[in-house]
Amino acid sequence: MSEIYRVAIIGSGPAGMSAAGRAAELGIAHILLEKTDHLSDTIYKYQKGKHVMATPSQLVLRSDMDFDAGKREEILGTWDEQTASLNVNVKYNAEVKAIRGTGPAIPGSIHKIVTRGRDGSTSEQEIQRHEPPYELELTNGEKIMAETVVFAIGTQGNPNRMRCPGGDLPHVQYQLDDPTEYIDEHIVVVGTGDAGIENARGLAEDPAQRNIVSILNRKTDFATAKDANVKALLADGEAGKLAVRLETETASIEPGWITLNTRDGEEKIQCDRVIARIGSAPPRAFVEQCGIEFASDDRLAFPKLSPVFESTAPGIFVIGALAGYPLIKHCMNQGYDVIEFINGNSNLKPADEPILEQKFAGLPGKRSVAQWLDFLRENVTILNGMNPLQMREFMLDSDAHYYRKGDVIFERNEPGSSLFGIADGSVLVQVDPANPSITVPIEQGSIFGEVGLISGRKRGATIVAAGDCVCVEISRTAALKLQSQVPAAKTAIERISTERQLLQMFGSGLTADDIAEVVETSEIRQVKAGEAIITEGEEGKDIYVIRVGSMIVEKEIGGKPVFLSYLPAGSYVGEMALIAGGQRTATVKAAIKSEVIRIDGEAFEKVLDQHPGLMERAKRDMASRQDINAYVESKKDSFSGVVDMYSGVANFLVENGIGEATDVLLIDENLCVGCDNCEKACADSHEGLSRLDREAGRSYAHLHVPTSCRHCEHPHCMADCPPNAIHRGPDGEVYIDDTCIGCGNCQRNCPYGVIRMDKVPPKKPGVLSWLFFGLGPGPGEPDKKWVKKKSDPNVEKPKKAIKCDMCAGIRGGPACVRACPTGAAIRVAPDEFLTVARLEREDG
Amino acid sequence: MASLFANLTGPKKRQKTTGRERSSAHDGFLRHAGYRWLKIFVLICLVIIASYFWVDVQPRHNGGSWYGYTLGTIGVLIILWLTMLGLRKRAMTAGSWSLKAWTSAHVYLGLSLIVIGTLHTGFQLGWNIHTLAYALMMVVIISGIFGIYLYATLPQKLSSNREEMTETQMIEALRSFDRQLHDAAQPLEPEQAALVQGSLEQDPFSGGFFKRITGKYPGCKTRHAIAELRRARTYAPRTDNNPTEKVEQLLERKEDTMWRLRKHLQIKAMLQVWLYIHVPMTFALIAALSAHIVSVFFYW
Repeated sequence: MSEIYRVAIIGSGPAGMSAAGRAAELGIAHILLEKTDHLSDTIYKYQKGKHVMATPSQLVLRSDMDFDAGKREEILGTWDEQTASLNVNVKYNAEVKAIRGTGPAIPGSIHKIVTRGRDGSTSEQEIQRHEPPYELELTNGEKIMAETVVFAIGTQGNPNRMRCPGGDLPHVQYQLDDPTEYIDEHIVVVGTGDAGIENARGLAEDPAQRNIVSILNRKTDFATAKDANVKALLADGEAGKLAVRLETETASIEPGWITLNTRDGEEKIQCDRVIARIGSAPPRAFVEQCGIEFASDDRLAFPKLSPVFESTAPGIFVIGALAGYPLIKHCMNQGYDVIEFINGNSNLKPADEPILEQKFAGLPGKRSVAQWLDFLRENVTILNGMNPLQMREFMLDSDAHYYRKGDVIFERNEPGSSLFGIADGSVLVQVDPANPSITVPIEQGSIFGEVGLISGRKRGATIVAAGDCVCVEISRTAALKLQSQVPAAKTAIERISTERQLLQMFGSGLTADDIAEVVETSEIRQVKAGEAIITEGEEGKDIYVIRVGSMIVEKEIGGKPVFLSYLPAGSYVGEMALIAGGQRTATVKAAIKSEVIRIDGEAFEKVLDQHPGLMERAKRDMASRQDINAYVESKKDSFSGVVDMYSGVANFLVENGIGEATDVLLIDENLCVGCDNCEKACADSHEGLSRLDREAGRSYAHLHVPTSCRHCEHPHCMADCPPNAIHRGPDGEVYIDDTCIGCGNCQRNCPYGVIRMDKVPPKKPGVLSWLFFGLGPGPGEPDKKWVKKKSDPNVEKPKKAIKCDMCAGIRGGPACVRACPTGAAIRVAPDEFLTVARLEREDG
Repeated sequence: MASLFANLTGPKKRQKTTGRERSSAHDGFLRHAGYRWLKIFVLICLVIIASYFWVDVQPRHNGGSWYGYTLGTIGVLIILWLTMLGLRKRAMTAGSWSLKAWTSAHVYLGLSLIVIGTLHTGFQLGWNIHTLAYALMMVVIISGIFGIYLYATLPQKLSSNREEMTETQMIEALRSFDRQLHDAAQPLEPEQAALVQGSLEQDPFSGGFFKRITGKYPGCKTRHAIAELRRARTYAPRTDNNPTEKVEQLLERKEDTMWRLRKHLQIKAMLQVWLYIHVPMTFALIAALSAHIVSVFFYW
């Protein structure tokens, strides 16, 4: 307690370490606190030899530490060395438990923390903020004083601890680095999430290790693990490699033994090691306790920060992944910057300045980056709520465009999921594809393109610039982040999208005023997969507009549900009962997790009554649906086998994720001769790696859905990509660009298992050299032996995520389909395939 | 009942943004593009048969007349082009070609060779190099027809037999049964354990081509072990937890999986076996054809 440091840095990852390095270089009294006994724990925990990427490549690194793409060991080595040579004051095994201001209470600065329990209850806690200097209390009771604190603790959090008696014994561990380290042991793995399953399987993998492994699950199902992992675990269990114990909890642990609470009572088994993988607590609770406020209650929200990374607690700064920057380069730059700011350097331009300058280069008028950021923020309504730092980060994921009068901004039916905001000028929407001269204006400050963003479908209309205008194009990621950071933006986007969707659906005769009441009374509802929004035989007049996802319509005929039609996002349903009266004539349920806009029937009826044109149209839509119903029913009487089959196939496809697909590979096993030419063609068209597994996957009535990308409307793989490398291309394909860092998040997130992580094999000799001279491994993916022989053993090639890109950029289109000798392989969009037209054709 | 997927002729669409053509047409190689190549095949046959009767060659139709040379040239060009399918299939180049269209053309143009080749001979056959080339061509064509028959009938069987299991999964399942058998057989009597050991040690697919194509494995030790164990159990006194029972169940499950895998490999082999005649005969045909052409010009 003798010294008051100028700055205490918590966490020695890239951000904290870089900050400490800068502080050391500037000669500032500092201390770097690391809870483990080594630097940079997150990277330390990467698997041995992992290739670490340095993205984004255009970002200049500004730090006293070096960093370039390379092997984990080299990078950690460099950092260890440089930390030592810069004389950074590191304190290992120092985990901070609490931070308190020791100065006088700051009047009016009270931090409210709302915690939500698992059961839905909430509790509120108020914290009075105090002036610095801060007292940092460590878990070992030691106390450290510092004028300023830099949080660089990342988002990993701390693993949940075993709470049973004996949970603190040394043979209880929360991490497994190398499963091959342990031999001849009785090991109990607690927790059946992915981590637990992978650890248990790893330990039992090689029988030569002679480990006796048990894995414990509190329940009977495996809700938190990926399906593939669960299957593999159960298979291992069946094969006797390890013991899977369900409905079992630990009662107590002692050296050499563990006592379990099972369904049949207590049981004591031998146990030399406990590996607990029971989740981790996100660091948010701890951060909040220090007086730092978050932007929203959203699980993904980040702390509120000033442009110099200062949080709502004066003198406490937040940088790195916790501040919303998961990439190493960003983190290191921020570490440098934050120390400069603390040291009073107010002229420092952020390291991303050149990137932003580039983005604004094409715009007219000579404004500086900061001026442009302010200009956009002030002029586009949904951006008003952002702070300058958020705006800066937001702009890195977005683009600014200048359009001249008449320029087409995007065209109808173009794929695209970005949102546009008009900062200056206005645009025109061509509402009628047949007649481009019919347009509706959208004014400055408003947004457009929200349909693509929300539904993931193609653009609904062509947009042209009404005069010269400046627009900001907000990528899907940035738009999602914006909505979670600024609740007002979310509400505004939702309202506008509902209004536009209704106007677009019901034709050009309506104005926003006509449907104001309808929009006011509408609500957005989340629907789980399989949940019905309309049930056959019920009363009800509400109309539903499908906003996200898709629905299927089913009707009970002869005691069996028969599939009637598939409704993609953007369609509406429920008008029949409203117009014709009576009960609901069919059941409508979600094919996948969806969102619908529920429109109050009464309010909509008023609009219908006032607008005969709209009534006319609704009746037409209704008549065509009634035709389908009547048709299917009549077929059912005369030709029920075909209808059952059609219904069965449709349900099978929907179960296999076709409901959220935009373009999917199907194989007709009446034609497939199993030559695997599709896989070979795929590998040969893409650097020697096949992105599809023909044989794997489900089948129904000889229709096979192979393991291959469905190009989902809302791709699960995009959800958590640190370098934001997954995009939707111009033909609707979801692809991964070169900035992939090989982290494997997309592979874990894909529910269909279509992404593989692999190294690109060396180039093969051409097909003619193989055919005539026997050179190389021949068509298709080269075997492992050949790859090993041909690879340079000194160069460790990074593993990258590999998935179907629908052969983007290859003339002729998807190779799998072109290379199928019998016509078994086809690619379809669900709305092409799941229509009753199929039935008619069959009949004809 | 016809398959629901046999005749989905989807629209051909041009992608808005990249101009790439996108087709979701779904028809097999025989009915490709509304039987385009069948129609061409019929047309070729009609034209050639009609002209055969129309053109008056003296003293009689033979390969050496101008008409015979024309048919011969057409025939040899078609044969060379048909051979190119093997290359097309393996060279994954860009461009809007479809292997299905090639297969379709290959089948129907190949069939048209029956007419072209036969009329080229003018029905003058004998024990010479010329007739050898003709005979080889017919062998290739007949093996091709057999191939089409297999392609039309076997895929459904392949699909129904594997029931969503992949070949790797089947092999994995076999290994897993073997592991379980190994453990479960520990408490057995030595002679019974030897039976299980026999099943474990035997390579389930040994025996070569003949066994694979017929799917019959007479010396299967797994089946033998099941029969022997069952017999032993019938005579043994009944007890609870008899270890033989578990072993027997495992052996039966192993046999089921093995049967499925053998069937799978049998069908796969059947789908390829005709190519072992079709392809080598094609090369023999090209050799004989070269000799035929050279000798014709040599004696001209």
